[in-house]
Amino acid sequence: MLNYIAYRLLLTIPTLLGAAVITFFLLRVIPGDVVAVKLTGDGAIVSQAVIDAERARLGLDKALIYQFSDWMLGLLQFDMGRSMWTGRPVIVEISQRFWTTFQVALMSTAIGVLIAVPLGTLSALKRGGAIDYATRIFTMAGLSVPGFWVGMLILIWLLQSYGWQPPITTIPFISDPAGNLSQLIWPALAVGYRFSAVLARIIRSTVLEVLGEDYIRTARAKGLVPRIIIGRHALRNALLPAITVIGLEFAFLFGGLVVTEQVFNLNGLGKLFVQAVANRDFIMIQGMVMLFAVIYIFANLVVDLLYAVFDPRIRYGTAEA
Amino acid sequence: MIAAMASRGSSVLSFARQQPLGAISLLLILIMFFAGVFAERVAPYHPEVIDFTSILQGPSSAHWAGTDAFGRDILTRIIYGARTALLISLVSSLLGCTLGAILGASSAYFGGRIDYAIQRVVDILLSFPLIVLALVVVAIMGRTLVFGIDIGLIAAITIPIIPQVARVIRSSALSIRRMSYVEAARVAGYSNTRVIFRHMAPNLVAPYLVLLSVYMSQAILLEASLSFLGLGVSEPTPAWGLMLAGSATEFFAQAPWMVVFPGLAISLAVFAFNLLGDSLRDWLDPRFRT
Repeated sequence: MLNYIAYRLLLTIPTLLGAAVITFFLLRVIPGDVVAVKLTGDGAIVSQAVIDAERARLGLDKALIYQFSDWMLGLLQFDMGRSMWTGRPVIVEISQRFWTTFQVALMSTAIGVLIAVPLGTLSALKRGGAIDYATRIFTMAGLSVPGFWVGMLILIWLLQSYGWQPPITTIPFISDPAGNLSQLIWPALAVGYRFSAVLARIIRSTVLEVLGEDYIRTARAKGLVPRIIIGRHALRNALLPAITVIGLEFAFLFGGLVVTEQVFNLNGLGKLFVQAVANRDFIMIQGMVMLFAVIYIFANLVVDLLYAVFDPRIRYGTAEA
Repeated sequence: MIAAMASRGSSVLSFARQQPLGAISLLLILIMFFAGVFAERVAPYHPEVIDFTSILQGPSSAHWAGTDAFGRDILTRIIYGARTALLISLVSSLLGCTLGAILGASSAYFGGRIDYAIQRVVDILLSFPLIVLALVVVAIMGRTLVFGIDIGLIAAITIPIIPQVARVIRSSALSIRRMSYVEAARVAGYSNTRVIFRHMAPNLVAPYLVLLSVYMSQAILLEASLSFLGLGVSEPTPAWGLMLAGSATEFFAQAPWMVVFPGLAISLAVFAFNLLGDSLRDWLDPRFRT
């Protein structure tokens, strides 16, 4: 098992390097950089000497390949450079906002799973029935409504019926758990609805698939009660593909919460990313893109390891490594 | 698949008969297209003229969906917004699906190292959500206006779609690649381009159409999200995502209709294209019939 994990971690190096090369060079294909936005963005007229000095200070006058190797050497020491806009280290800016996004992503995932597992299973079991039909409408709508719009509707409802407005700053969980949860549950609900729609559709189709398998027929034939057939034979196998979807959708939320964070005024990774894009803060953008890539790869690894836990047929570390 | 299409008539009528939900979604899409194209005739007001005598009015017989903070009629702006949304989404999903299909088909056709190289890049791009890739493209391109059209925005929606489509089309193309008629065409000495476009492409039309519909819906969502963030369409052009930003967020307590109606428009459009994609898939590929 440990061998397998080491092997998988080794495999991530070319992927991460590829992601780094693509983001770094693509961001610099087109001329026009943060210095231009920062100094002349408001229509100010600045002499070329000032622009050159600022470019030299940010290291933008060096050849691209040197800039790239500087960045790579820094990454190896967990130093992602400094934001070209605020001048603060990227890693500090990220770590200040990471946990807010992490918590919303985790709560959205929990809400999504809690809704999707019973809904997807029931609609597969009662295929063609009223529940199945209602689930289809529920999931189709979930895939169609923009999460940020659902968030705005929730805010309107909260404001009109309870006079509640989202606090301006994020309440930390440690100092005030109740306040923190009552603040973050709403964005989590808005995002969790979409999550549950995606997941319920997958679960419905995998349960349907499993129900057609020979071992289910065997279980029925030998007279097992439906509860055991569904619980022990069908669900266990049907939920494996769902683990993949849960893990990867969870990883996607770190970058995908961008718009929802804006609606609920949460100071998370998404907001930081949008600011970086608007300011063309390339160092910040490339650092965050690498972070999203690492999260995705890590989630992928955890999913594969979970497969081994839930499915005794899969044993890593013997054949592969 | 083409044969199956032809034998079933491949007409709109047979589609409507077999997929009633698909027909409804097609009707919805047609209505939106007509509203967008003939917005000047359909819309009751001018979309950009500011009228300070009718600011933040609720839905009434004069303004069915109310007015915004500048006294502009919201229904009018939704109708003109359909033009913006459908134009941008159609151009970018057509571009994204076509480029993705060409990439996926070539990847499957050439195989070997070319396939490996393309697929590794696709792998990397697929590990980011659409909105993250779109934002990176926005950071690269900024606002690049060519003939009044924001090429940067089009690229920001097109590029994230390409790897997604390439992956799906590649898997369909892999099985076609092994067909004897493709081998025969190669043996006959036709050029690679000819084999891909004349012999393989016709068999990829069905998955291409399904993907086109699905990514139309994703493009509408992406455009709305980017415009909402202030990185897409900009004022005073009417766009659904933009209508939800700015003054809508300030006044939504007094004027919830500013939020409700544009969001409904986005949802309905995305819903229609999602449903059309689903129905097309069922209709074109009998294996997925339920």
